Amino acid sequence: MGAFGDRDADLVAADVEHYLSAQGEKGLLRFITCGSVDDGKSTLIGRLLYEAKVLFEDQLAALAADSRKAGTHGDGLDFALLLDGLTAEREQGITIDVAYRFFSTVKRKFIVADTPGHEQYTRNMVTGASTADAAVLLVDARKGVLTQTRRHAYLASLLGIRQIALVVNKMDLVEYSATVFSAIEDQFRAFARSIGLDHVSCIPVSALKGDNILSLSARMQWYHGPTVMGYLETVEVDDARLETAPFRLPVQWVNRPHADFRGFAGTVVSGVIRPGDRIRVQPSGRESRVARIVTYDGDLPRAVSGQSITLTLADEVDVSRGDVICAADAPAGVADQFEAAIVWMGDQPMLPGRPYWLKLGAKTVGATLGHPKYLVNVNTLEHLAARKLQLNEVGVVNVAVDRPIAFDPYTTNRDTGGFIVIDRFSNNTVGAGLLHFALRRSHNIHWQATDVDKPARSAQKGQKACVLWFTGLSGAGKSTIANLVERTLHGRGLHTYLLDGDNVRHGLSRDLGFTAEDRVENIRRVGEVARLMVDAGLIVLVSFISPFRAERRMARDFVEEGEFIEIFVDTPLAVAEERDPKGLYRKARRGELKNFTGIDSPYEPPEHAEIRIDTTVHAPEAAAELIIRALEQRGAVRPV
Amino acid sequence: MTLTHLERLEAEAIHIMREVVAEADKPVMLYSIGKDSSVMLHLAVKAFHPAKPPFPLLHVDTTWKFRQMYEFRDRMARELGLDLIVHVNPDGLKMNINPFVHGSTIHTDVMKTQALKQALDTHGFDVAFGGARRDEEKSRAKERVFSFRSRQHHWDPKNQRPELWRLYNGRKHQRETVRVFPLSNWTELDVWEYIHRERISVVPLYFARERPVVSRNGALIMVDDDRMPLEEGEVPMMRRVRFRTLGCYPLTAAIESEADTLTGIIEEMLRTRTSERQGRVIDHDETASMEKKKQEGYF
Repeated sequence: MGAFGDRDADLVAADVEHYLSAQGEKGLLRFITCGSVDDGKSTLIGRLLYEAKVLFEDQLAALAADSRKAGTHGDGLDFALLLDGLTAEREQGITIDVAYRFFSTVKRKFIVADTPGHEQYTRNMVTGASTADAAVLLVDARKGVLTQTRRHAYLASLLGIRQIALVVNKMDLVEYSATVFSAIEDQFRAFARSIGLDHVSCIPVSALKGDNILSLSARMQWYHGPTVMGYLETVEVDDARLETAPFRLPVQWVNRPHADFRGFAGTVVSGVIRPGDRIRVQPSGRESRVARIVTYDGDLPRAVSGQSITLTLADEVDVSRGDVICAADAPAGVADQFEAAIVWMGDQPMLPGRPYWLKLGAKTVGATLGHPKYLVNVNTLEHLAARKLQLNEVGVVNVAVDRPIAFDPYTTNRDTGGFIVIDRFSNNTVGAGLLHFALRRSHNIHWQATDVDKPARSAQKGQKACVLWFTGLSGAGKSTIANLVERTLHGRGLHTYLLDGDNVRHGLSRDLGFTAEDRVENIRRVGEVARLMVDAGLIVLVSFISPFRAERRMARDFVEEGEFIEIFVDTPLAVAEERDPKGLYRKARRGELKNFTGIDSPYEPPEHAEIRIDTTVHAPEAAAELIIRALEQRGAVRPV
Repeated sequence: MTLTHLERLEAEAIHIMREVVAEADKPVMLYSIGKDSSVMLHLAVKAFHPAKPPFPLLHVDTTWKFRQMYEFRDRMARELGLDLIVHVNPDGLKMNINPFVHGSTIHTDVMKTQALKQALDTHGFDVAFGGARRDEEKSRAKERVFSFRSRQHHWDPKNQRPELWRLYNGRKHQRETVRVFPLSNWTELDVWEYIHRERISVVPLYFARERPVVSRNGALIMVDDDRMPLEEGEVPMMRRVRFRTLGCYPLTAAIESEADTLTGIIEEMLRTRTSERQGRVIDHDETASMEKKKQEGYF
């Protein structure tokens, strides 16, 4: 008996060299297990590992000791303890995170993503499912198909898993009844069909007793399908389908060891490539032919999906990280607006209009997500209206990126259709996106080039267009100071316009309230208007609380480098509240005003404002004076 | 033509390394001289061919490695023409930290954990490749491929980024660092099969031969140099032994074995009944010891 199956050990005894050559042909299956501890998931995985002889003596001894300590299984082994690796999990007796397990038989090596079952761990299940070829869903024979089972099946299908096994566990507790099993099977198959899952297998087992795990159980002679292990050893992996799909290689890294070599390194995510094949580089659309497929082991005559290779091209075409090398006759699409399903993974909700990073393949771009068209109730699959997406929610939104990128629909290709959403400030991965299709309007609306441009319009006015963005708490003195600055500039014959927070809310943003998402949308509109006015050659003064760094960053990104001057009107909350010119703080303190900045909604002070004014030191006139000096020093306006 | 499991693991590791090199400011490869490091180094050579791996190797040296490991390390760096940085904790040297005197916990903390943080800070490395595998230990089974460390090098297991598809999010704030584990999904047997397939050189200590050992608390410890204090009446005996894992010689137990070839090792592995970390003294202190050490900044 060895670390691997008995069948492996027999082979070894016969001939290690033969064993090794058999290993050389062994495939890999990645699968996910879903279900809760109550369904016996840990027992099932523990049983598979145990039967595959992956558990070593010292691990078993440690497990026996831990099981006695936990005391949940009498003298038996509690396999859940083996799987729950983090202290918090062991203490609370729950699985929090995805754990990866490994075992192998003569036929395959397996990587199991073991994920927790509860709804609050949807993000963990989605993570595990993203790389899986198959999903094993567990149900308790006594309980049958539950809400949780449907949710797991839906998420597995959403993430593109094509092979599903429903393992009906604890058959020993229902007297190994064929009737019970087929009722559950019929119910599940009907549901699976309704969500487009075609390849479903149902297996009755007792993980505890070992029935139908490795060998067919004598206690269920009415069952003629595969055992769990038999299923895992033979279920089809997605490779075969991907190999017949059009060629895609997202370029990760340009390899230039010397002037005579320029190779494009990346992983083939679908299709086949040979030297001489015509390719098209997306999004640029430039075409060439493959010259060589370079690897350390020598040039290859062909490469297939899954391989990490380096290509050289016949022509000097411009290719950089993030571009996708495609089959010339079936290239990836190119667009900058899409519809996508989003699984939200951030603790803070997704805010429509807020700028995020989006990473797709090897490309990272700026992106904003629109208002959810609808949200999917993962338990009932109903579509619900929503204004934002919260942690673990799934919704369909429009996505706009700041430049055209190459893509395929997720259902065709996970690697060119799946993306992550990254928060710009925490740098955390806060969402997973599955591309549906490009929006038509991004193809049809072209930027209209005009002859009279911004430099021409600014020159006619004898000034440099820019945005002076005043941010600070309510009552800090933004509007007062901005008004004084505008008067000075206007007096010098410069062309200005002042956009004031309160005034804009009477018109342009009349439909918006003060929730976090409405504030983001408000700033987006004001930022866009400021951009248009800068394009018209104006000096635009914006006086807005604009409490969030992310949105001020977005407004900054609307205009060119150097055109955005952030002026932090710095007043401590206590001082602003003391002044309270509009009586708003008093109202907010009484609870009559919700989401008031500084009271029950945060203000994020600028970290690198171009100009900072301390209003506890400077009166408004002096502050305006200081700002004018600073603008002169920066070369934004000419000194008189 | 479906890829075999080793081909898929190889492609995944290469993909991970290329992502790091494309996105990191100043990457480094932690090189511990063991079999996993040998495989990782080989994969790096493959990933960037025909260029050389565009990062240096860093060996955090406790000064207590086996002599054959030092010889092997210097030979590999020379043959591959790679930049090798060796860092020893100068404070530890001054204090004369010695596993025989101070015990494994202090030795590991000062000469490995603290030393690693010093080396990364001194050179300003923002991403460090490590050869750890998820099958080694329970807390590693839940660690990401890109594992983030705070400015103080702390690991927060409850606040890890989701890793989906082949997408790795390497964005970080100033002075935060990332440990990246390209061999996360490999098992010990995968490593040996790959060494066999690719004919990768490993330290000769992995192969069985007659070596001088003493038996302490049931563990066979090799007498590698004269710094090892022998207890009264203790006489080194010659035994046919090999090592499943290599670390500091006073903390690494040998196993009696006849496996003196790669196929012999693989055959032995298929029959063995204990996990490889059993040979490492540091993991047995307490159940969650690795998770704790990792949180403090250990690899």
